Amino acid sequence: MILELDGVTRAFGSLRAVEDVSLRIAEGARHALIGPNGAGKSTLFNLIGGSLRPTKGRVLFAGRDVTRLPEWRRARLGIARTFQHSSVLLSCTAAENVLIGVQREAGVAARMLPTPRRRRELLDRCESLLETVGLSGRAHVPAGALSHGERRQLQVAMALGNRPRLLLLDEPAAGMSPAETARLLTVLKDLPRDITVLLIEHDLDVVFGLADTVTVLHLGRHLATGTPAEIRADPAVQSAYLGTAEMGELFVEA
Amino acid sequence: MRDGMKGGMKVLGPAAVVVALVAAPFIATSYVISLATGVLVLGLLTMSVNLLTGVAGLPTLGQAAYFGVGAYATALVARSWTQVGVVHLLVATAAGAAVAALTGLVVVRTRGVVFLMLTLAIGELTYSAVLEWDTVTGGSDGRATPAVSPVWGMPALRNDGLVYLWVLAVFLLLFALVAAVVRSPFGLALRGIRDNEARMRADGYPVTRYLLVAYTFAGGLAGAAGALWISSERFVSPSDIGFHVSAMALIAVVLGGLGSMWGAVAGMGLVVLTRDLVGGQFTGDLAGRGVLLLGLVFVAAVYLMPRGLAGLRLLTRRRQALAAPGSEES
Repeated sequence: MILELDGVTRAFGSLRAVEDVSLRIAEGARHALIGPNGAGKSTLFNLIGGSLRPTKGRVLFAGRDVTRLPEWRRARLGIARTFQHSSVLLSCTAAENVLIGVQREAGVAARMLPTPRRRRELLDRCESLLETVGLSGRAHVPAGALSHGERRQLQVAMALGNRPRLLLLDEPAAGMSPAETARLLTVLKDLPRDITVLLIEHDLDVVFGLADTVTVLHLGRHLATGTPAEIRADPAVQSAYLGTAEMGELFVEA
Repeated sequence: MRDGMKGGMKVLGPAAVVVALVAAPFIATSYVISLATGVLVLGLLTMSVNLLTGVAGLPTLGQAAYFGVGAYATALVARSWTQVGVVHLLVATAAGAAVAALTGLVVVRTRGVVFLMLTLAIGELTYSAVLEWDTVTGGSDGRATPAVSPVWGMPALRNDGLVYLWVLAVFLLLFALVAAVVRSPFGLALRGIRDNEARMRADGYPVTRYLLVAYTFAGGLAGAAGALWISSERFVSPSDIGFHVSAMALIAVVLGGLGSMWGAVAGMGLVVLTRDLVGGQFTGDLAGRGVLLLGLVFVAAVYLMPRGLAGLRLLTRRRQALAAPGSEES
């Protein structure tokens, strides 16, 4: 198991954003996390990534208890993520954005003197990552000048620059054009199996095009986990969505 | 072809500036040279402020404290041990960095207004400490020192031109060092922290540690500037390290354009030019009120060049790009 959540709870005052969620994700899985807004999906991501600590419960990454580890240490163990709201370095170029993770992964981030040849090598890697996500030729454009969709693509390249073992994608296709979404889906499908993908997504094409397992959260609680077909047929899932008969409507953004 | 010309300009521009700086004492008057020495010394302090404010995104009002630590440590060394400038530099840098590391443990955990207020407090506390601890610092009388001799065996420098050349040599060395740090992986990480801390943490960066290293480095740089202050003035008193020095450096950073190191130094040049060279001509009721003029220049500059002196170059580039469509973003 690459990731195990063991009775994880996170309370904000009296509100329990995530309550007693247990989840096991196998190495190489393509796992989707779905549920209506307020289901606790992003909070759960923050608990896995480490920007939030659970009130109760444990987080295990590759068999190791990381519950008390700060976010940056978890990142170094191999957890990379994208954020729901595009989170890029606006004044840095697209290539520099990717270089942040690439230079850290290469172990040279703390060097205080330039190493031009090494930088060239690392920048080459950045450019090929940018090409992978569909941003070839945009390497030297400041991230602030990229379109919304391009910034979302950039986020994926930044996360991949970390060479993650577990990739957390928070609504990667939100606000993308259909063409961009299709491209993203291809990129994600082509990822090697030594990268496990856990994604939050409302876009059905992405969820059912990619995921081999789907988990439904509802009001902070775990509702069901299964194959896409099982989830579609699950009566508990259907009633949680207030009797919505057609599965497609479940995923329409409120 | 055009790339080759661009590359040539990149080397030629700075080379021409260096040649002009080295030639200056053979051409300019002694008064202008002593002003220029001051600009270089305070320029290093401004670069230290810029590293924190422009590169790492931490606006500080306390760098004069580490500048003062460096200057007083140098005065102590010069009076009781040695006149060798290299020793002064090493001691002052170490002292500035050590005090910055200690105070940094607290301040780099804060942001925004709290950070600004804490650094302001550090500046004020240092000022008061220097004033009160008169057995060591000379209190409000300050401390006079003998003339500096850059390295072992060299005669002491009493000529303004020679002092200027010594300060210039150290300045160029440190400028190159800082420029390298800004271009290094660490420099990119600082810019990343300025832009988006959450992103940096998610990418595996211990943000607080990086900022502490930056704060310590900036403190060492301010300390080195303090040693050069002693080289050029042979005197330091509390008023040389007070709040207005930090404020002037921050103004110079804004005038020069946040994040640009040559802009920071040019900004300090503009500050000194306005306050001393032009303001110094004021007579009658305005005598000694050069700071008023500085205020006006600051207001005008923020209106007219929101990206500072360094932004002016950016502007001409953008115009060129507009004239040749598609050359910038294609």
